[in-house]
Amino acid sequence: MKKSLKERLAILSDAAKYDASCASSGTTKRNSSASGGLGSTEGSGICHAYAPDGRCISLLKILMTNFCIYDCAYCINRSSSNVERARFSVEEVVWLTLEFYRRNYIEGLFLSSGIIRSSDHTMEEMVRIARELRVTHNFRGYIHLKSIPEASAALIEEAGLYADRLSINIELPTDAGLTRYAPEKRPAGIRKSMGDLRLKIEEMRDPTLQTKRIRRFAPAGQSTQMIVGADQANDSVILGTSARLYGSYGLRRVYYSAFSPIPDASRNLPLVKPPLMREHRLYQADWLYRFYGFGIDEITRDQPDGMLDLDLDPKLAWALANRQRFPVDINKADREMLLRVPGFGTKIVRAILTARRHRTLRLEDLVRLKVSLKKVQAFIIAEGWTPSRLIDRPDLRTMFAPKPEQLVLL
Amino acid sequence: MQPLGLERQTVTLDGKGHFGEWREAARRLLMVGTLPAAVDWREKHGATDLFADPPPARLNAEGKPEGARPEITVPRAFMTLAETVICHSDPGRFGLLYRTLWRLQAERNLLDIVSDADVVRLNAMEKSVRRDSHKMKAFVRFKEIGASTSTTSTSTTDIMEVIARPAPLETSGIPIGRRRFFAWFEPDHFIVARAAPFFQRRFTDMDWIIATPKGSAAWDGTALTVTSEPADDPKLTDDADTLWRTYYSNIFNPARLKVKAMQSEMPKKYWKNLPEADLIPGLIAGAEEKVRAMAEQAMKDPPAFHAKVREAAMPKTEENTARPGTLEAARAEARDCTRCPLSCKATQTVFGEGPDDAKLMFVGEQPGDQEDLAGRPFIGPAGKMFDTIAGEVDLDRKHAYVTNAVKHFKYEPRGKRRIHQKPNMGEIRACRWWLKLELDLIQPKLVVAMGATALTSVMNHAERLSDYRSRKVDLDDGRALYTTVHPSYLLRIPDEGRKREEINRFREDLQAIKSLSDTL
Repeated sequence: MKKSLKERLAILSDAAKYDASCASSGTTKRNSSASGGLGSTEGSGICHAYAPDGRCISLLKILMTNFCIYDCAYCINRSSSNVERARFSVEEVVWLTLEFYRRNYIEGLFLSSGIIRSSDHTMEEMVRIARELRVTHNFRGYIHLKSIPEASAALIEEAGLYADRLSINIELPTDAGLTRYAPEKRPAGIRKSMGDLRLKIEEMRDPTLQTKRIRRFAPAGQSTQMIVGADQANDSVILGTSARLYGSYGLRRVYYSAFSPIPDASRNLPLVKPPLMREHRLYQADWLYRFYGFGIDEITRDQPDGMLDLDLDPKLAWALANRQRFPVDINKADREMLLRVPGFGTKIVRAILTARRHRTLRLEDLVRLKVSLKKVQAFIIAEGWTPSRLIDRPDLRTMFAPKPEQLVLL
Repeated sequence: MQPLGLERQTVTLDGKGHFGEWREAARRLLMVGTLPAAVDWREKHGATDLFADPPPARLNAEGKPEGARPEITVPRAFMTLAETVICHSDPGRFGLLYRTLWRLQAERNLLDIVSDADVVRLNAMEKSVRRDSHKMKAFVRFKEIGASTSTTSTSTTDIMEVIARPAPLETSGIPIGRRRFFAWFEPDHFIVARAAPFFQRRFTDMDWIIATPKGSAAWDGTALTVTSEPADDPKLTDDADTLWRTYYSNIFNPARLKVKAMQSEMPKKYWKNLPEADLIPGLIAGAEEKVRAMAEQAMKDPPAFHAKVREAAMPKTEENTARPGTLEAARAEARDCTRCPLSCKATQTVFGEGPDDAKLMFVGEQPGDQEDLAGRPFIGPAGKMFDTIAGEVDLDRKHAYVTNAVKHFKYEPRGKRRIHQKPNMGEIRACRWWLKLELDLIQPKLVVAMGATALTSVMNHAERLSDYRSRKVDLDDGRALYTTVHPSYLLRIPDEGRKREEINRFREDLQAIKSLSDTL
């Protein structure tokens, strides 16, 4: 008997949850005032709900189908898995997207799919959904399409005309890992897709000679995802891969997804709790690389085994290993060095730079800016404050590390 | 009579987020020099409260208010800030804004001093209003008014009449015209007027009403109507909520329970109007059990179709491990080359290009950023430099075979860019397998090594460029070698004079190569 729409929605959203991204930001600003249709994107993304896993729900994140001819060990939808299978028609995905959107549950659609028949066949159906939404239904909300590996360039090109963002998952940080766990995927093929997409995005961004117009093509760029903890790669390897992806393909984001046990899991994989803290530290390190002027080698150099410290955030860990760079005078230091102070974010640094043009800053000023003095005071000099001995204390680390917990008897 | 400015004054405002009433009152107070501490700001509660205007200004001999300031100017940033802060529900906002306005007359940069206590409070209020607005855009839930809608409320307001009005029906029973939706929301601040245009821009093709205890907004396709009258919750339901709840339960990953993270972004105060929120306690309670069940589930045999899929995926032909016999076969095989670790970092193998019977062959160092992305040799800045100068001496690249000593791009990522790195001896040696194959298949008469890496690879030994530069050397296999610099070297010379010199030298080299190749 054919499963009801509700039953299939349950299966195909359950199958989609292992994709971490739910971003709906960073695309062009547009709305329906002039067209009289449905939908808008106004720069910042909106999270319409949060699940108890702490993740934002911004998009209707579903698979078109969870049938798949690939057998990737880490994936719930691999062909050897006994998970229940289902499939949506093009019309059903369009209907669900529009009805969910009208009720303000979502910002748009994030569509992925298992590979059925062939890469091109699958990609063609996904592009049809996006085209229906944009052309037939005049939908101006957000669309994120997952590119199917090895899909033809013509299909990717058409997808970019309708989608805000395209992504293809690198899946694992090393080629060896991917070859081992996802035998059908070609690492070089994935990198080639990303390279092609970057070139296409750049080509479309240049105004044409005839019309001088910039054509719309995946305005929210491309992103990817890496699974953390399924293979043996350490954080230094993972972050190195991220840095290469950012540098090579102009990715907006690399998402890290702590490997999470899946039903009917392959024996090749660790069935342990997902390493959520490790994932969190990787995101922090990723931010340091992209927004704080840190090099990847700086972040991981002082860490044994190339693993980030789970007890301390990576900036604090770096500062403790590089004490000779501190204390930093908040009334004199340049932006680059202020950004390296543990406890200062980009907003605080901006506030300090603005405020110190008009007055000399004291610790009290930082308190009013909601800075945690406990965290920063050992690393800074302010009017009326010098951490004379603090920075040299041998037990400085213990002031920050979490209290040791009693071991849980297992 | 008290001295001017100290006289106590009471100002009562409507206080529903209208900026104009505060601005008028504040301007009048400031004109007569009323000190911030002397003003009692009140909010009107109900219709019976009297609206007390500030007293008329006492005029001086020149007909201007006594103690009047010559003019009142404020930075634009203050106006933007005040328009937002006025929507806050804190009764202290009027006084705080007036005090800031007063201080701004003397301290023009006050707003830049972000650690000032008043500025900190204003910024916090502004943030709170913005956040509330943002949450309204996120958590408003529309219910369709029509066949699938029902209400359990007994209240009778205007809104109820709108909802009760039947949708116009076609004979087939399908409603014609615009679909109608209703939402009930409970904001902290007076933000309905701020947020309403967002909903108009987004839900343009449907009629909707958003009702709240702090005012309502309605859109009918032509006009956006906003009132500040409080409304009641009509308690509507919508069948689509069932599907949304299904989605919410299934997108949740029980292995990653992070309840605090959820609650900081979706505080409980919003829950009662979210159709999915009553699922949360059950999802949290059942999470551990679900994860345990997953772990304990015995591995089962793969489903029947897995074997078929495997069979179909088997390679159709026997793998060809012999040395490729044609340039095309070599090119195809090189795509999957993993002879050195560079293959894991580069995008793709950049193989040589040109006629497979070319008499002349150029060998460069390695592909660069552009070549790596496009998969073709010498198309980036160095390639363009080469083409330009080759064009000047009538050397047509189309007749030559162009390739690199190393066929993967070696680089160091630096933010959004990639910095070129020189290949080491091991990488050159590993890739020499391909260069040798290209030489054997094409059989060029003249090989041009551009740069030290190319020279090293062709000679199979580390050689100094200066020992070979601008000379024709005969190789063992009846071929000749000519050596010059790599064109990217020309791009990196900072001194303009030297650069011109080196370009001239390179042109002479290409001229010599042209002459040599004409005699082949």
